[in-house]
Amino acid sequence: MAELLQIALPKGRLGEKVYRMFAAAGFECPEALEDTRKLIFENPAAGVCYFWVKPSDVAIYVERGAADIGVVGKDVLMEYRPEVFELLDLKTGVCRLAVAGKKDFRDYTGHTLRVATKFPNITMEYYRQKCRDIDIIKLNGSIELAPILGLSDVILDIVETGKTLYENNLEPFETVAPVSARLVANCAAYQFKYQAISRVLSGLREQVEAVK
Amino acid sequence: MESDNAIRRGEEGILSRLRELYRMYGYACFKMSKFEEYDLYGQNKEFLVSDSVITFTDTNGKLMALKPDVTLSIVKNTVDVPGLVQRLYYNENVYRISDRTHQYKEILQAGLECIGDLGAYNLCEVLRLAARSLAVIAEESVLTVSHLGVISALTADLKPGADRMALLRCIQGKNPHGVRELCTQYGVPEGEAGLLVALTSAYGEAETVLPALRAAVPADLPQAASLTAALGELEATVALCGGIPGVRVCVDLSLTGDMNYYNGLIFRGYVKGIPASVLSGGQYDRLMAKMGKRSRAVGFAVYLDLLERLEKEGDFDVDVLLISEPDTPASLVADRVEALVEQGLRVAVQSSVPERLRYRRVETLTGKEGG
Repeated sequence: MAELLQIALPKGRLGEKVYRMFAAAGFECPEALEDTRKLIFENPAAGVCYFWVKPSDVAIYVERGAADIGVVGKDVLMEYRPEVFELLDLKTGVCRLAVAGKKDFRDYTGHTLRVATKFPNITMEYYRQKCRDIDIIKLNGSIELAPILGLSDVILDIVETGKTLYENNLEPFETVAPVSARLVANCAAYQFKYQAISRVLSGLREQVEAVK
Repeated sequence: MESDNAIRRGEEGILSRLRELYRMYGYACFKMSKFEEYDLYGQNKEFLVSDSVITFTDTNGKLMALKPDVTLSIVKNTVDVPGLVQRLYYNENVYRISDRTHQYKEILQAGLECIGDLGAYNLCEVLRLAARSLAVIAEESVLTVSHLGVISALTADLKPGADRMALLRCIQGKNPHGVRELCTQYGVPEGEAGLLVALTSAYGEAETVLPALRAAVPADLPQAASLTAALGELEATVALCGGIPGVRVCVDLSLTGDMNYYNGLIFRGYVKGIPASVLSGGQYDRLMAKMGKRSRAVGFAVYLDLLERLEKEGDFDVDVLLISEPDTPASLVADRVEALVEQGLRVAVQSSVPERLRYRRVETLTGKEGG
């Protein structure tokens, strides 16, 4: 029997949405959406094996070959630059990376700009291109609090609707990059499981085209 | 007892078989010092896999580096001899930051360089040796091959200020949406961007992929001649590299390298069971020119540190666990150990059974038994 294609999906709403795209493309495994403590879900008939992992870890599973393919946000790919093939923009989980701050924020360019973020590499690269001197404050959550409490001047974070920002008297004022979910593949798995990966890729591409 | 295969697959077994292979094709061993003057790397940072180098000051005040790369040292010591080809192979440790762990690592690397007045045969020879090296390492492998002339022709006229490296990253990452987006930003005409995506998305065995790629190049395209020449050279080289058992040779034009150094043929090798490429190589005439040499050059490296994942642990650590009691005479233990080793069995002497040791059988020696 052919080896199963190992697929890492991000836990949470995005992962469930993406799983439905895989299922609609003919790679279903209904058990994967059941509320159970199981970690790995197989459907040998469809040739797939799914597992749910923390969204920021998907790229690690794929890069190191524990998963053949996976779905990961463009923000994670930009931040960690894992050595994987980025095969398809799934056009779902659409949001953007943006710089935001207090509504009355004014950038005093004579000062070092303090930027709170979960994405230090993206932040460094963004401001390097602008030749702006910055002080990166790496946080792991509740980034919006930083400018409110004076910990930073601005934040660089994921913005979906901007509702949380506006409710806290903050606003996004520069888009750094658009973000959406991407199908990624391990470089070696691509060579040895090319046919299986191609089938998934074309099935998902049809799903993406259908939504257009 | 361990199987022959397991032994052959071990790092040392692979190294000795690679050495043997390279010698058979007339390659001579190049042994070098662990250190090199830092300047060599400072001037050629982009050629290195990682630009972080471990440095120290020598007793005479010179800034030295632990070698992060072997090719630069070989090229530095090469002398141009018109009409001749130098063939060198090496097994050396290099020191650099691992892409995966972001920590410095000592990496055992084997490889070869073919330098001089190279012709079509030399390119075939090196590519064939790359394929044969993969066959030494594993029973199933893939050698992906590309020609930088294709990407070079289609990305020659980017807008001033365009980030060529970003475009190459998208191409190498098989990211068609990213390639299209950047081509639009960098002023690449729509037709050429489409062709770039089509050519770099193709993947498969040469005999099926290359004719389709050649047919995809419009005859009236300004770059048609250079694209056809690159694809032709690739086809001629790859045609002579097939037929090695267990090695699939695939064309994948998304393979790239820094075009300030590399040109022409470029390739990468994968073996089943290892999640990253274990072999990487190509033609680097531009590096030669940059270092003031007229010779052409092609070579590759095999990353042996990755191969430990191929080694299968045997079912047992030893064949016989010999329990010797405190009063057992040492001569008795020694005689029994020698007798078992003579039979080709692996023996471990202990005074009690270790918790995690895996053994086929236990023998107990006591002073009273007298053997």
